[in-house]
Amino acid sequence: MWKWITKFASPMHFYLLVNRLTPWLGWGAAILFVAGVYGALFYAPADYQQGESFRIIYVHVPSAWMSMFIYMVMAAAGGAGLIWKTKVSDAIARSSAPLGASFTFLALATGSLWGKPMWGTWWVWDARLTSELILLFLYLGYIALQSAIDDKRTAARAGAILALVGVVNIPIIHYSVEWWNTLHQGPTITKLDTPSIHIDMLIPLLIMALAFNLYYAAMVLIRARHEIIEQEKNSKWVQDLIIDKVAV
Amino acid sequence: MNPKRKKILFTIVFTVIGVGIATGLALKAFQENLLYFYSPTQISDGEAPSNRNFRVGGLVLAGSVVRNSNNLNVSFTLTDTMNTVEVIYDGILPDLFREGQGIVANGATNNEGVFIANEVLAKHDENYMPPEVAEALERAGVEHKSSKSQVFP
Amino acid sequence: MEQSGNFFQMGGYAFYVWSSYGLTLIVLLINYLSPKFSEKKLIAELVKRSKLKKTDIK
Repeated sequence: MWKWITKFASPMHFYLLVNRLTPWLGWGAAILFVAGVYGALFYAPADYQQGESFRIIYVHVPSAWMSMFIYMVMAAAGGAGLIWKTKVSDAIARSSAPLGASFTFLALATGSLWGKPMWGTWWVWDARLTSELILLFLYLGYIALQSAIDDKRTAARAGAILALVGVVNIPIIHYSVEWWNTLHQGPTITKLDTPSIHIDMLIPLLIMALAFNLYYAAMVLIRARHEIIEQEKNSKWVQDLIIDKVAV
Repeated sequence: MNPKRKKILFTIVFTVIGVGIATGLALKAFQENLLYFYSPTQISDGEAPSNRNFRVGGLVLAGSVVRNSNNLNVSFTLTDTMNTVEVIYDGILPDLFREGQGIVANGATNNEGVFIANEVLAKHDENYMPPEVAEALERAGVEHKSSKSQVFP
Repeated sequence: MEQSGNFFQMGGYAFYVWSSYGLTLIVLLINYLSPKFSEKKLIAELVKRSKLKKTDIK
């Protein structure tokens, strides 16, 4: 296992692994997206209270889940980069930031589009919405830090520290609806009870969540591959790779 | 793992825990400001501010909604099952506004103890089901709406 | 949802539902296409560089 990990951490093996994995992840995500959107718009019944507007849940909730999950990946990869100084983990942390920021933006925007007709407002400063907005700022701060520092190693280190400190926000987002009175309702799926969502509505949601996860996995690997090639462009394996391309 | 790496790992772990504790204490100190709304019980206990606008959250008491036929004026009673607050509102209600629904109103109490709202927002619960299922549950007499969770998160 | 006309109206919530799905689609597409283009550009650049090197040697 350890040997496998060290091998994965070598840039060249990482490159080869990404080439092998991304088609599977990408096509898996595409198929699940089609199934999930069909389930979300046709299979799932309308909600007894919210009618058709409830269908926003199928893009809102997976985006919100991804926004937190990607942040944890980013912080963990950044931490691993601090400890083992591996280029691959730094590349994964850096590649995660724009994706995480996108999903956070989507969670906020689709939530707003859901809140207007149902709650009666685009935005409120309750604990859940505010902490999710802070998450977006953490991502944007991380991205700004990366572009402000020219030296890649220093940038990765500074970013990792910011990401690790910001981890404290993740449980706050998750538990905000339980710790404080909020306009946002409590958790549906992740509470310890049985989920209080009808099974016909739940299945498309889980398919969409899986699709979002595979999409993220494929996209973060492609971005990290780009980072790796750029950083290693003077190494022998990249030069060989390019010579192969020229030969073709 | 060599000692140097172990040291970095411990530094990371302690930093994260330290920041976590500090944030926890800070949030505890600001607990009151993080409450999005007050419950009718908190208002009757005098916990709500009297000199500024605040929000009250509760369920719309069944049968308490009175609409004025000439304008948008509407009055209703909010309850948290222990205490109630009279609310008067002049404006457009959200689509989810109905009897038994969780509502958050922003405004202030007048001298007679009536809450004059300038904004009414609907709070929905975490349950999702098709209308037929909801009807079937109602027929069977099951309390399917965890109304409590709307007021006490 | 018996008629397709009703489907697109989303029970009167068409704007909110379709904006949410449209926005998600746009963001996912941008995130898919942008690294694809930048990687192509990078490879092209490296190929050009290695060709230049070759001519230098000659």
